[in-house]
Amino acid sequence: MRRSMRYLLILGPVVIAFALLPRVYSNHLLLFNFVVFLVLAQGINVIYGFTGYLPFGYVGFFGAGAYGFSLLVIHLHAHPLPAVAAGAVSALLLGVILTPLLRLEGAYFAIATLAASEAVLQVISNPNLTDITQGPYGVRLSGVYAPRFAYGTAVAVLAFTFLVVIHLRNSRFGLALQAVRENPISAGMAGVNVVRARVIAWLVSALIAGLIGAVYAWYISVFYPETVFDLGMSIFAIVFALFGGTATVLGPLLGVAILYGFYNGIGIVAPQYFQLIYGALIMVLVLFLPNGVLSFARRWGLNVP
Amino acid sequence: MSPEQRAGTLPLLRVERLVKRFGGFAAVDGASFHLMPGEVLGLVGPNGSGKTTCINVISGIYAPNAGQIFFQREPIGGLSSHKLVRLGINRTFQVPQPFLALSVRENVEIAATYGAHNGGRADVEAILASLELDAYRSRAAADLNSAQQKMLDLARALATSPRLLLVDELAAGLHPAELQRVAGMLRALAASGMALLVVEHLMGFIGEVTDRVIVLNAGREIFEGSLSEAMRDAQVVSVFLGGGDVR
Repeated sequence: MRRSMRYLLILGPVVIAFALLPRVYSNHLLLFNFVVFLVLAQGINVIYGFTGYLPFGYVGFFGAGAYGFSLLVIHLHAHPLPAVAAGAVSALLLGVILTPLLRLEGAYFAIATLAASEAVLQVISNPNLTDITQGPYGVRLSGVYAPRFAYGTAVAVLAFTFLVVIHLRNSRFGLALQAVRENPISAGMAGVNVVRARVIAWLVSALIAGLIGAVYAWYISVFYPETVFDLGMSIFAIVFALFGGTATVLGPLLGVAILYGFYNGIGIVAPQYFQLIYGALIMVLVLFLPNGVLSFARRWGLNVP
Repeated sequence: MSPEQRAGTLPLLRVERLVKRFGGFAAVDGASFHLMPGEVLGLVGPNGSGKTTCINVISGIYAPNAGQIFFQREPIGGLSSHKLVRLGINRTFQVPQPFLALSVRENVEIAATYGAHNGGRADVEAILASLELDAYRSRAAADLNSAQQKMLDLARALATSPRLLLVDELAAGLHPAELQRVAGMLRALAASGMALLVVEHLMGFIGEVTDRVIVLNAGREIFEGSLSEAMRDAQVVSVFLGGGDVR
């Protein structure tokens, strides 16, 4: 347990900092987006870092969470907190429906999840479903608009996500998942129930995205289907996680801090060169540090938390 | 170990008319054999005779197309690997299959944790020491050479305390001193009551380790007995060396 304590010493301050920053920094939307990407990058870490499945359509769970939240608020006038739970459950359900995709591997899995996410988007934005989902016209949740409360909930989701990843990094189950990632046949011969382990990781990552998707809907409270099923969010979360280094707790955190920090920095300082600089930066990093920033530390023989 | 097993009267493993097809090709085509507790059975035959496929089916990597497999009288054909492991079956691989990114110790630790059955948990350190892997326990499995990776496969299998160990070409690529050591180790495992099914091309190794051999050809057994008898069997000789049709 002493190892887990070490993680809490690193991650506790991160959570506390995000809880307190709105008092001293006025761009709350930017802070909120940081929290969203920290959570999503860790969600990618759970499924990709620990099992090797890379879901390009990961944003589908985020959107499912956002719409699960919205439907409960629109139709049942629910309190936001139970509606967040409903968002999480929606993402879980979508995860359960998509479990057969785990039979696919590599690029096929990545593309299949992408298609699934697009399919959910098309269903939700179908004009014939306007009575239920508001169709393509988007959702307005002004009745529950409470950015401070929503931000606080997002920080709580971040803390929860950190705890999940700390657990995976240190538990026997996390080790079993990594064994499955490395070699599923051998994992079976080590007594690991390969299918069950994969499904659990898949659903946990869906749950994480669903939770933060629901809180996102709450925080911005006016959005279009394309906003919460934006493939750019998947790509960002994946790039951040890979950049930092997966199957660690700190990797995705560093990835978001550095890349999303740069992203916003360049956007302010040199908006005209923004795409060029950002693209070049990512290419350089992929070329020279394919296993993430933390692979440096590993090369020096450090055990990265 | 139950009393009847100790008496050695009931086979631990019984394979009956096992068939495994890949498309139109039957890699195992009606093979039958059995294995007693504490016995070392060699499975020999030319390339493509179905030896490794037999092991793959018994260890749950493939489901059989026909025929039956009984382990301690229970039918086990088609069960998934992790269930078979917990019943007491494990194996090594022809090409070692370690968890490359994990440490040597973690490789074995996982098996000791998830493959434990009937209450006991294997002593990981003792297993590592017995296979001379203890010096590398904190290194990534990817850092080991291929002979060491084979030993790591064996360590992982032993960590689940199997009653039946399927050994697929463990000896290939080992130098003579290592061969001697591995042969002695397998005999010691058998002496402790473990049954071993050994697939191997090195006949010297087979002769040293096994009590009995089954010769497979085209997915079916054509001979059963001691290795020295097998070498004098006209059909076995023709299968291995080619030549006229003996029948």
